[in-house]
Amino acid sequence: MNENPGYQEQMHLLQKEMMGRYYAELTAAAEGSGQKSAYMLVSGNPVELVRAFDLLPVFPEVNALQLAVKKQALPFIQKAEEMGYSIDNCAYVKADIGCFMNGRKTPFGTIPLPQLILCNYVGCNVYLQWFEHLAEYDPAPVFNLDIPFVRTDSGEPSAEDVTYVVRQLEDLVALCERITGKKLDREKLRRIVELSGQTGELWSKIKALTQRSPSPFDAYFDSVTLMAPLYCLRGTEECLRFFETAYAELLAKAEAGVGPLPEERFRVVIEGPPPWPYLRTFRDMFSKWGAVAVASTYSTVGGLWEFGFRHDPDRPMESIASHMLQWNLTNRNFLQRYEQIRRYLEEWSADALVIHSVKSCRLFSAGQGDMREYFTKELGIPTLLVESDIEDPRYFSEAQIRNRVDAFFESLEHKRAVAAQTTR
Amino acid sequence: MTEAVQESIERCRELLAAPFGDVAGALKRDHPGSKLVGCFPVYTPAELIHASGALPIGVIGGGNQIEIAHADSRFQSFVCSIVKSSLELGLTQRLEALDAMLFHSICDPARNLASVFKRNFPGIPVEYLHLPQNMGPRADGYLVAEYRRLLLALGELTGTPATDASLKRSIALYNRARGLVRALYRLRSEAPEKLSAADCYVLVRAGTLISVEEHVAMLEAALPALDARPARPKDRIRVVLEGSFCEQPPLELLERIEEAGCYLVDDDFLLGWRWFRSDVRPHGDPLRAMAGAYLHGSVYSGVKHDLREPKAKHLLDKVRELRADAVLILAAKFCEPALFDYALYRRALDAAAIPHLFLEFEEKMWIFDHVRTEVETFVESMLFA
Repeated sequence: MNENPGYQEQMHLLQKEMMGRYYAELTAAAEGSGQKSAYMLVSGNPVELVRAFDLLPVFPEVNALQLAVKKQALPFIQKAEEMGYSIDNCAYVKADIGCFMNGRKTPFGTIPLPQLILCNYVGCNVYLQWFEHLAEYDPAPVFNLDIPFVRTDSGEPSAEDVTYVVRQLEDLVALCERITGKKLDREKLRRIVELSGQTGELWSKIKALTQRSPSPFDAYFDSVTLMAPLYCLRGTEECLRFFETAYAELLAKAEAGVGPLPEERFRVVIEGPPPWPYLRTFRDMFSKWGAVAVASTYSTVGGLWEFGFRHDPDRPMESIASHMLQWNLTNRNFLQRYEQIRRYLEEWSADALVIHSVKSCRLFSAGQGDMREYFTKELGIPTLLVESDIEDPRYFSEAQIRNRVDAFFESLEHKRAVAAQTTR
Repeated sequence: MTEAVQESIERCRELLAAPFGDVAGALKRDHPGSKLVGCFPVYTPAELIHASGALPIGVIGGGNQIEIAHADSRFQSFVCSIVKSSLELGLTQRLEALDAMLFHSICDPARNLASVFKRNFPGIPVEYLHLPQNMGPRADGYLVAEYRRLLLALGELTGTPATDASLKRSIALYNRARGLVRALYRLRSEAPEKLSAADCYVLVRAGTLISVEEHVAMLEAALPALDARPARPKDRIRVVLEGSFCEQPPLELLERIEEAGCYLVDDDFLLGWRWFRSDVRPHGDPLRAMAGAYLHGSVYSGVKHDLREPKAKHLLDKVRELRADAVLILAAKFCEPALFDYALYRRALDAAAIPHLFLEFEEKMWIFDHVRTEVETFVESMLFA
């Protein structure tokens, strides 16, 4: 599966085991183990609070992407379209709702029904609709955790924003207490938040490793391996142990000067979520040119630890609020994303920007033409924009994307050859 | 119909047909010293702008007048037209009369558009409102703070910050304007033969392009004249239209739909400009009154996710109250909120055995034959099946 034999072997095996156990827990809950579950969303979420009540977090987005990776999404998408969902609606939602309404059985496990539908509205407006719809199809209580968008010049939430979110978190605690019949164990929450803080620290150190040349892993395609446990299992001991292993392994590779490809010829930043149904095909298009992603915006939807955020056990509620409000990609405005990418290009020493524009996720994609304009015209950064989708296999036009990728790297090579000649 | 009201309607049609830059420029010339604040759909607390001594003006896309030549390289093919045409207005120097622009959290493309505006038009300060999506007990205090933040920015822009007194005056004025619009819609539902959907539309739309004082005067004159119109009801079905709360359909489309055998007895066009079911409380703390009205007295909408009651229930209630025969979902192409809502509406309408038809439109469409045929077929199936 990997270019280098043994590449990231232990980390991958461990991840597979952990995610297998996670889905076994979901299946057990679906089959009546008695564990209650909370549906929630990936972007900047309060999973620490949910775990403090021993609620099992279920992420419809993660389920949808697993369906896409396993090439099982299309029939569910079509089921949703038969219900009236449009060809132009987000296919994550359609795959999830198609699956939800048709038995919730997937090749990786059975998805339990929720006891709580927790819409952590962090930027993505589709989230609101997705969970509004699930709440129509299921009698579980629904809670909109409304996170004010970052909208001021300072790029920081106001004191009122923080208060508003902390108070809603308190309301959520009361709701979880009703659902589980348990009082919130503040000491337990503190420990979970501490574990999240330590995990974030390791994730941040891992991300700094790709500043080295060669980069020890691909910050787009390989980050995915780390993101699944970061989201589904954050705040647990096993998640922290996994990140310790991953960091040790990746640090050793960095020290040894080993990267994901035999030779790192181009360092790129990739913006936008991956085409899950064709992940391997897409990756190969870049590997062929020796292009390695040294940073990616997608790997920050769950949190922006690499720029300094840590959960703080001394202020659990405030730090959960701060994570949701400020320290994740999706609740930040589009120009803050330009700035994030600009920093990646500079501080991670990248040669080019690749924008993968996906139809389903307009939060990511709407306006990426302007982003390209900014990076090419104002900053002079070679920028490639290709279009497909995160979930719907009908939108992946392999030949067209391959042609564009090839033309882009050919031109970069040509520029490099010309530059080498003139300096000779 | 009296000549005067026909003239008003014609004037509104001309306003709507005129280039946006000219209309905005004229509004500014007629109110020397006033700042112009562009309002992107859906809802704008126009009272706050007015009370700060500025003029709100609706920036609601380019309609079918402008060609999108630049904005389509910034926003992809799968993004709705209003986002691109509003940007195109700016890229072609048609927004130069604006002193600020206001957006709020309605959908992801509009959200990113606010940033793209900020980068491309540094001369137009952009304000972005986050209106609450959790209608629980915490929203009230938050929304008051958010309005206060907006007032601060508006005060800096105009140099004449709003006071409690100016806010109360503005609330009273907009209450009057919205009350008149509600009266127009009442007339339409009670005697749709007296006021076509297209005429009603232009009368309301004009309110987004002229001062509220002028709009009130115009509607006060028009209403009794419209009511007094002798008109004979036609054999048409009564239809509630839903789904056009942001991008606006072309006038010709509304005309074709009605000609195909419908009376549109209600719709959600320009929804944000008629956002409240009744008056905003005119006394007490004005910002609390505005926030309270948003949380407890506003209409349902595809961009407000109020989980206290299912959205579809509101639609069904409306159908029953207005004794409508059917529902027409008219969604803008690529409008995710409207397209998502359709799935819920369809389910509820089917369960209640209310006939419904789904159509998509684009503001810049110019061929209407197929829509007319579809509506005709739908109407015939109801009348003769």
